[in-house]
Amino acid sequence: MSEKTWVNICNESDLFADTGVCAKVKGQQVAIFKSRRLGEVFAISNYDPIGEANVLSRGILGSIGEAIVVASPLYKEHYNLRTGECLEKPEYSVTVYPVKVENGVVQVQA
Amino acid sequence: MKKRIVVVGNGMVGHKFIDNLVNHADAANYQVITFSEEPRLAYDRVQLSKYFSGSTAEDLMLTSEDYYNEKSVEFILKDKVVDLDLENKEVITASGRREGYDKLILATGSFPFVPPIPGNNGEHCLVYRTIEDLEAITASSAVSKVGVVVGGGLLGLEAAAALKAAGLETHVVEFAPRLMAVQLDEGGGKLLRRKIEAIGVKVHTQKATTEIVAGTEARYRMNFADGSHLETDMILFSAGIRPQDELARKCGIQVGDRGGIVVDNNCVTSVPDVYSIGESALWNNRIYGLVAPGYHMAKVAVSHITGGNEQFTGADMSTKLKLLGVDVASVGDAHGNTPGSLSYTYSNDVEEVYKRIIVSADNTKLLGAVLVGDVEAYGTLQQMCVNGMDLPEDPNGLILPSVDGASHGMGVDALPETAQICSCMDVSKGAICCAVQNGANTMGEIKAITKASTSCGGCTALVKQIMDAELVKLGVEVSNHICEHFPHSRKELADIVRIKKIKTFDELLDGHGKGLGCDICKPAVGSILASFWNEYVLDKKHIGLQDTNDIFLGNMQKDGTYSIVPRVAGGEITPEKLIVLGQVAKDYKLYTKITGGQRIDLFGAQLHQLPAIWKVLVEAGFETGQAYGKSLRTVKSCVGSTWCRYGVLDSVGMAIRLEERYKGIRAPHKIKFGVSGCTRECAEAQGKDFGVIATESGWNLYVCGNGGMRPRHADLFATGLDDETLIKYIDRVMMFYIRTGDRLQRTSVWLENMEGGLPYLKKVIIDDKLGLAAELEQQLQENIDQFQCEWKTTVENPELQKRFKHFINSDDRDDNLAYVLEREQIRPAFKDERANKIDLVELVD
Repeated sequence: MSEKTWVNICNESDLFADTGVCAKVKGQQVAIFKSRRLGEVFAISNYDPIGEANVLSRGILGSIGEAIVVASPLYKEHYNLRTGECLEKPEYSVTVYPVKVENGVVQVQA
Repeated sequence: MKKRIVVVGNGMVGHKFIDNLVNHADAANYQVITFSEEPRLAYDRVQLSKYFSGSTAEDLMLTSEDYYNEKSVEFILKDKVVDLDLENKEVITASGRREGYDKLILATGSFPFVPPIPGNNGEHCLVYRTIEDLEAITASSAVSKVGVVVGGGLLGLEAAAALKAAGLETHVVEFAPRLMAVQLDEGGGKLLRRKIEAIGVKVHTQKATTEIVAGTEARYRMNFADGSHLETDMILFSAGIRPQDELARKCGIQVGDRGGIVVDNNCVTSVPDVYSIGESALWNNRIYGLVAPGYHMAKVAVSHITGGNEQFTGADMSTKLKLLGVDVASVGDAHGNTPGSLSYTYSNDVEEVYKRIIVSADNTKLLGAVLVGDVEAYGTLQQMCVNGMDLPEDPNGLILPSVDGASHGMGVDALPETAQICSCMDVSKGAICCAVQNGANTMGEIKAITKASTSCGGCTALVKQIMDAELVKLGVEVSNHICEHFPHSRKELADIVRIKKIKTFDELLDGHGKGLGCDICKPAVGSILASFWNEYVLDKKHIGLQDTNDIFLGNMQKDGTYSIVPRVAGGEITPEKLIVLGQVAKDYKLYTKITGGQRIDLFGAQLHQLPAIWKVLVEAGFETGQAYGKSLRTVKSCVGSTWCRYGVLDSVGMAIRLEERYKGIRAPHKIKFGVSGCTRECAEAQGKDFGVIATESGWNLYVCGNGGMRPRHADLFATGLDDETLIKYIDRVMMFYIRTGDRLQRTSVWLENMEGGLPYLKKVIIDDKLGLAAELEQQLQENIDQFQCEWKTTVENPELQKRFKHFINSDDRDDNLAYVLEREQIRPAFKDERANKIDLVELVD
């Protein structure tokens, strides 16, 4: 397994606040979200393990209680953006990727 | 030392026993091992017919190997227990395996009875019991045209439904004079027969088959005792069940004269430490062929083994089900066998409803009931019967249709705490109330905690009523809040947005909500904002609010690709435009289908292809059909007076005019129209939110109908309207709905929930009782004036198209997509096809 490194994705200004985009990072599909209210960027796997399609970047960002979540556009399960856990079906979860914005550039560690 | 429990048979009841035991407080004291003759663990036999409507064996499973492993339950599949050594307490299997036990549970179930008719063993003579049976039926159906079910009972009719669904000419042959002779009385059986015949299943009663021989037109010929005969390609025997008691019989455990392993109130057989539960057990000379009593026996056996004191003292045999789409229910003593019993009957041949209740000689208690065609009263009647509750003063009210809309049913308050609400999972009213008291306030939570209504689902309505009543009792207002982020209903939010002229979600959240919002409130607010201000939905400030389909202006399909549906107003399209659609579909290898709403749907477009495809379509004069939005979807029309011999008015012209007027308007739910050119109603306008039907004296307007899951015919709202009045009324009703409807509430439910109902709506719209008419019209007009084709706006702006790339940092496409050809077009590949990478279609990148 190759060592994990920070990969430049795009400029922060390329993200649409409160919606997601999908990036290809070392062959993997990563969904990246930016919350305007929190001023925070999140990155999880783009693959919806229940709907079995690469669609999570196209879900709606939101909160349920304290959890920051994205709702899968297919069957509406919620995935915690910080832990990757599926709220409705904890037996499913998605990978969470470290993500940061440096000098206006979005970087994902993979 | 752990006690060894051997469970012979892993059907629904055997599994229920195991599940109860391994989740018991003393579970650690027991080691369970179970044997199954079938190749798989327990599955839901009650839902077996779902196998024909697309469910897989997996969907029907009640447990899994993982679960048994986790609970340390040993299981042996495909190895039948063939002998018992009662002296040494061992079971012996067909493969020669021996296992010792401390307690033995015989949950061997039953087998289908095949009448001893000569010729009953042909290749296409089958039974209906296991998944393997269903596979055989499927295979046989594929090479058959005609199918006969022998037996007109519950299972027989289920089996008939399966044959009908498989496209066979279907017959039911019953020995008794009527269908479902055990559960129904003569009147009920007669109506059931009529309804089933209306579906196209042929019913033959009082027929005794004497022999099955080779046929001349079909595979077999069944000869009947009365000299008649029937030709068929396959025969399904469903003439009842017999307890599987051969093991007990062989080993000298007491069995009944007509079969069944004799058990006492603890479910113990004539041999100590040997139990029998479910359909193999004979209690008080009775076999219970339903799952709920079997589940109860499982509970009793666990209780006895673990030192509890639960007893089996009989079970309620009431049933409610839908057979071939016909509602049927039977409660208690449905035949009125109780000496001196009296009955009340309501029979309505026009609406095809039959109801009969049987009451005690002194007219104070309900003994039984038969319901066909309308089983709404089932929950009430079953509870009254089982709990021995007093009849209301006028028992007629229990079966007569209500004339004033008032319900004659008794409130759930009248039920005792001990009333068993869910018989499958044995849940009492008390248990549901207790769950509510401990904080459960949604059906999901009630189901998770109590397991009520998680099996057959027949009790769902009753459980919900009990939950709501208990919530009210606890002083909990049954909340109408849209979600946790806003303490308001959709209507209240719409009022706030309109009155305070709020233009963005953030503004609304800052002033009236908390948190970040979610996938419930965001699209709802997005829809409200669009309904009143109608700005471009993909504007930066609105984009995060858009649901799956709105966000990319297409309908997301199961693999993440989209369908493309341009507007074809009134279904009228020029040959040039048809060619463009065909060309686009060909260029991008899209699957093409004419929809039910007079549109041409192109499937399988990838995200990054959408702008390019729409550029071509927009240039050819197409507009978005907004098939993705909670907005006007279609105005279906017939051909109207222009071409039709019978047309009275120009329905196509009116359909186009209405569609052009209301296109793009966002509402609480999607909206459909229909316009028929005469009362023949070829556009099925009465099944739409707004239905318009031409008459000699003008347009008739119908409102608030729909198809979908719970279809409703629209109500006649006004008659003989001219074009202008028609549109004026529609404007007003639509804006009134937009303002006051709940989130995702269809017009039908909106009207049903409206206090005062249709007469009130007429007063508001036609008589302008609230003085709102002008405002409603003006509001709608403003909305109409703001219309834009969202796709046109999008393809004209390169900045907006950036979002339509699959990857923000690469031009690659989604590598997860795979298609195969079916009937010369693409469809998403199934899992196994993907794995084998066979014959995949090369995609247009």
